[in-house]
Amino acid sequence: MKITVGAISFPLESEKHKTGDWGTHYPVIDKEKCDGCKTCEQYCPDSCIEVKEFNDEKYAVVDYDYCKGCGVCATVCPKEAIKMELKELYRV
Amino acid sequence: MKKVVRGFYAVAHSVKLCRPNVICAYPITPQTEIVENLAAMYANGELENCVYITAESEFGAASILVGASATGARTFTATCSQGLILMSEVLFNAAGMRLPIVLVIANRAMSAPLSIWNDHQDSMAMRDACIIQVYVENNQEVHDLIPQAYKIAENKKVLLPFMVCMDGYKLTHAYEPIELLEQDFVDSFLPPYEPVAYLTTKKPLTFGSYAPPHIYMEFRIAMQRAMDRAKDVMREVFKEWAEATGRDWGGHIAVDYPDSKIFAIAMGSVVGLIRKVVEDLRKEGIDIGLIKVRTFRPFPVEDLRDVLKDAEKVIVFDRAVSFGYEGPLSIDLKSALYGHSSADIYSFIVGLGGRDIPRKLIEDCLRNVVEGKEKLGYSFKGYTEFEEVYP
Amino acid sequence: MRYFGRGHGGCPGCGLAIAVKNVVNALEGKCFVVNPTGCLEIISSQYGRSAWNVPYIHSLFENAAAVAAGIDAALRALGRKDEGHVVVLAGDGATADIGIGCLSGMFDRKHDVLYICLDNEAYQNTGNQQSGLTPPGSNTTTTPVGKVMPGKVGEKKDMIAFALAHKVPYVATASVGYPADIRRKVKKAVSFEGPKYIQIHCPCVTGWGINSSDTVKVARLAVETGLYPLVEYENGKLTTVRKIRDRKPVEEYLKLQRRFRHLFTHPKGKEIIELIQRIADENAERFGLDIKK
Repeated sequence: MKITVGAISFPLESEKHKTGDWGTHYPVIDKEKCDGCKTCEQYCPDSCIEVKEFNDEKYAVVDYDYCKGCGVCATVCPKEAIKMELKELYRV
Repeated sequence: MKKVVRGFYAVAHSVKLCRPNVICAYPITPQTEIVENLAAMYANGELENCVYITAESEFGAASILVGASATGARTFTATCSQGLILMSEVLFNAAGMRLPIVLVIANRAMSAPLSIWNDHQDSMAMRDACIIQVYVENNQEVHDLIPQAYKIAENKKVLLPFMVCMDGYKLTHAYEPIELLEQDFVDSFLPPYEPVAYLTTKKPLTFGSYAPPHIYMEFRIAMQRAMDRAKDVMREVFKEWAEATGRDWGGHIAVDYPDSKIFAIAMGSVVGLIRKVVEDLRKEGIDIGLIKVRTFRPFPVEDLRDVLKDAEKVIVFDRAVSFGYEGPLSIDLKSALYGHSSADIYSFIVGLGGRDIPRKLIEDCLRNVVEGKEKLGYSFKGYTEFEEVYP
Repeated sequence: MRYFGRGHGGCPGCGLAIAVKNVVNALEGKCFVVNPTGCLEIISSQYGRSAWNVPYIHSLFENAAAVAAGIDAALRALGRKDEGHVVVLAGDGATADIGIGCLSGMFDRKHDVLYICLDNEAYQNTGNQQSGLTPPGSNTTTTPVGKVMPGKVGEKKDMIAFALAHKVPYVATASVGYPADIRRKVKKAVSFEGPKYIQIHCPCVTGWGINSSDTVKVARLAVETGLYPLVEYENGKLTTVRKIRDRKPVEEYLKLQRRFRHLFTHPKGKEIIELIQRIADENAERFGLDIKK
């Protein structure tokens, strides 16, 4: 096993740690309503929502590998384009 | 060039020649004059690529040096006693982060009661911190040791803080003729600091990570191994210095009359006095030698075992107490010799809080042991018997 | 390019993470981050799991300002000042309590350091103990609500005044409710030479007892009730204030948080709500927060 001198760590190794299984809910983007304003990007504490361009469309895309389901994006979206849905795993 | 200077000037002059990048100062008697001299040099523009900071406390001073050293700067500060213990949290942290900070400790007693006078209680209290500790006998030795300290601390196999311990007042304020080093020589001996890793936007790294139980222990063992490697690195650097200057201070220990059967052992300036007494006792035909312990951490276990394996009597002089037990040098010596020597060990604790150590005190201790008049174990010498009362 | 990555251990909806992300993005990663012990350090700097893509150092709890001063000194001595800005990201406990000595020294010596206090109003990492920046009436584990005591007795230390007393050239408050404002203030701050202080209000989902999705709502309510005025001081003069259109009564802010819920039932609760309202009114008066109709 190798350890660094003085317990120095390398950048962004945290990304090996997928936190996507933390939450009970997950955000669903309504692509019609989303106009790509990037408000959600500024607020997401886990930097897992990003506005992406596809041909002539621009809308927010969630990285579910890291999303903790906090729901902040849904509350700040000015177009109310994000809904928090209960994960399949937790449905009765 | 030989000049009669005070100890604190000898330190400051030597530090200047090592080209430090960040010097932190906080006053505490009796080291204040060291940082005052460096401040004067700084004010005169004699320190290039250097920033001199007067910190708000020793804790602040040490923390500033942690940040500076982590950014790749060569650093220096001086402290002692209360200041050393105040910055102790940071020094433990610096040792764990493997930052080669060099400190001069102007050994001074610990409060309470308040004392500004000399003994080894302050640096002894830090002996478990994984910081290299070398004790000097005179001012030429401290002047010579500073460049060696940087070379050892910054060696990639070591990377630990280094405490240069000199007796407060007794050495810091004493006048002594010093062969002052020259810049060219120090530049040839001590290359610029090349950190293995440092804070830079060109290669972002995370310093000071926290380590849960599954990995912490390995980091601490790595520190112990660094201390072990330091033993050899120090021997090499000491030898290199001796060859380059002609001034051989010895290795981790320096032995006079290694074939003796009786040895006096001590650290710091008191060694100079003991040396005189030993010489005089030898003239009377007494077979007695002297061991000056220079390196206290890493403790020179092998060197001491080698010299003392056939010794009959060992007389240890301590300048500190590990309360609840005895003098720290005596404790470590006894544990090193266990199973390796059948010598009888007599321990004396002397000179706490600047209490004078008269020549007669040393002579009586040595004579009494030689003549079999002392009992084994430890005792305090040079004090007045007292009764403790309630006010 | 991500400067503060994913996979960190922050609670869902963590206010600190929103603030930190906006700070390092505003500087485009050209910064040295000094982070004392606290929530941020614990969620982001475990060995082998660092979330940082900027040079970062964690030393101790109370010395972030001094370590930052040391980095500033080293960059100056080594001629590397243009590499990036030295930024401290410290909690309120590390800033206003245990680290206040080092902070004072760093301000006084005018080091070129941007000191950001992430104010989640208690020692949240160790489970919500009160700090100098805990507001009155808060239920914390060291100022718990009991039959006699109604939570914290005492007010928030005025760290803005502390910074101004040291003649810090740029002093500001911000909130995670308004991240664009955070970014603007960070960029403005680094245009000043010398020390800078920004205090960012970061709601703590776990410690304050709010829904994870309410982080931003609660942060905005703190501002909209006048309890956390967003101000900017440049060279000692108040230059900007975020005004409030219809200032809301403090109950709207307090009722969403578990740490204040007792105020609505405790015998001393009403008195404290009145005190909190008074604080909000005084802030409004002092900074001219209310937009006159």
